[in-house]
Amino acid sequence: MITKKEVQHVAKLARLNINSQEEEKFTKELSSILQYIEKLKEIDTSKVEPTSHPFDVKNVMREDIVQQPDIEVIQRMLKAAPAREKTYIKVKSVFKRSE
Amino acid sequence: MEIQDLTIKKIHQGLVNKEFSATEIVGSFLERIEKKNKDIFTYIFLDKEGAIQTAKEIDELIIQGRELSLLGGIPFAVKDNILVKDLPCTAGSKILENYIAPYDATVIKKIKKQKAVLLGKTNLDEFAMGSSTEYSAFGPTRNPCDEERVPGGSSGGSAAAVAAGLAVFALGSDTGGSIRQPASFCGVVGLKPTYGAVSRFGLIAMASSLDQIGPLARTVQDARIVFDIIKGKDPLDSTSFWIDDVNFKFDIKELRVGVPKEFFVKGINPKIEKLVKEYIKKLEDQGVGIKEISLPHCTDYALATYHIIMPSEASSNLARYDGIKYGLSVQKAKSLKEVYSRSRQEGFGEEVRRRIMLGTFALSAGYYDAYYLRAQKVRTLVRRDFKEAFEKVDVILTPTSPTLPFKIGERIKDPLSMYLSDIFVTAVNLAGVPAVSVPCGKVGQLPVGIQIIGKPFQEETILKLGEVLEEL
Repeated sequence: MITKKEVQHVAKLARLNINSQEEEKFTKELSSILQYIEKLKEIDTSKVEPTSHPFDVKNVMREDIVQQPDIEVIQRMLKAAPAREKTYIKVKSVFKRSE
Repeated sequence: MEIQDLTIKKIHQGLVNKEFSATEIVGSFLERIEKKNKDIFTYIFLDKEGAIQTAKEIDELIIQGRELSLLGGIPFAVKDNILVKDLPCTAGSKILENYIAPYDATVIKKIKKQKAVLLGKTNLDEFAMGSSTEYSAFGPTRNPCDEERVPGGSSGGSAAAVAAGLAVFALGSDTGGSIRQPASFCGVVGLKPTYGAVSRFGLIAMASSLDQIGPLARTVQDARIVFDIIKGKDPLDSTSFWIDDVNFKFDIKELRVGVPKEFFVKGINPKIEKLVKEYIKKLEDQGVGIKEISLPHCTDYALATYHIIMPSEASSNLARYDGIKYGLSVQKAKSLKEVYSRSRQEGFGEEVRRRIMLGTFALSAGYYDAYYLRAQKVRTLVRRDFKEAFEKVDVILTPTSPTLPFKIGERIKDPLSMYLSDIFVTAVNLAGVPAVSVPCGKVGQLPVGIQIIGKPFQEETILKLGEVLEEL
């Protein structure tokens, strides 16, 4: 159903570190779940439109008016960041330093 | 007060008639929690100070002779994936262990306005992913009816708190049965409203096209009182929607009740089947029209569909936990990419990782059509099943769960067996329709629930029928 190689690939896509023990475990467990999901192949869906939302709603718009942000909430949200400087959230460098 | 007397109306009357004060009521709840919580672990976090403070304010209002709202002074609990300003919100996960909510969810804002008293935050399966509350990073909740057994999940802490008299009502969230299944396991009432009827603003997202917040309570009437407060359009949730049914009428004699044959087949515990059928028979004896109907895609096909759509949406929603904006962050990592992956490795538990893996796989190039797109198409068929059924009947009755509350540890090793306990509840979320689980007796000391499914935005109809069932 799903191979160890695919499990490794998916883990990389999902930014999950997995060790070889987990690789084995996930391969087995995901295969058994996918096996159950195979049931869906019994249904002819060739003439069926997909549903992504329970009701037929269109985009919901509002007037394009600037709303005053709640400064207090922004400060609290910034406070939650593990690393920050002034009003910025700090991350590790993305580019390597040139020699 | 006896546990069965702990309803909103009774406490409200007692407060208004000055039989007791809000401080006394809250004090007695805190005392009971102190005694009981270590055994069944319903609360992750207790806001003792906040609760006592709010109770004092209520008592002040009563002394001043001000009018008290129905929820004023009523002690309640909130599932720990709903944000309450300045309190921790863990979602049952290590990745949010030290997270403090920066604002109130819309439902909390509405309930706070009524001056209900928040006691604390209840335990759940990590990120609401599970059917037993065993996947909480902080330990399992136990079923108050039998402490060797699970309370169901993922809103297991909320259901157990209400059942054990540790809260008058509680909020839960239901993505694929997470309010109704634990309500059934613990012998309380649990309402999953129509998709969009209650704002999701401030609910930690799992699968956004399925998630709904709803009440758990001891009686149908209490669930209704809470639902009426929290429902409604919210500018902060563009999917929220509500229309009042001005032509509403309920006549039990004219009600057309459908019983889907697919819900009474192999796999269901025969004792549950017997109890539910007895209830349906009692209704029929009262002159209610019962009709056998068919929902061919709404049991195992719906469950399979759910286990593609839910993890797909969840894998995308949970991408936000990257160790950058909030939550657990492995700062000693060497690169940005390593911050992401090591934070997620240390922060996420087993079931969450499994679902992220499954969802990422289902959405990945080469598999999208075979899994995600196919599931979306079957979702259309699930919706169509309900639409066609609701042309013939007004409500649908099913068992809430095919199994009795199982033993702690019994299913945790086999994810698929855990998933199968939700076989009767996931179709409702896929179709977006409302449903309520109401207790319908016990097998030994273990509660059984009956599920009433209604048409979109017809919560009042299923609640009215729920009250009839309560009296049977």
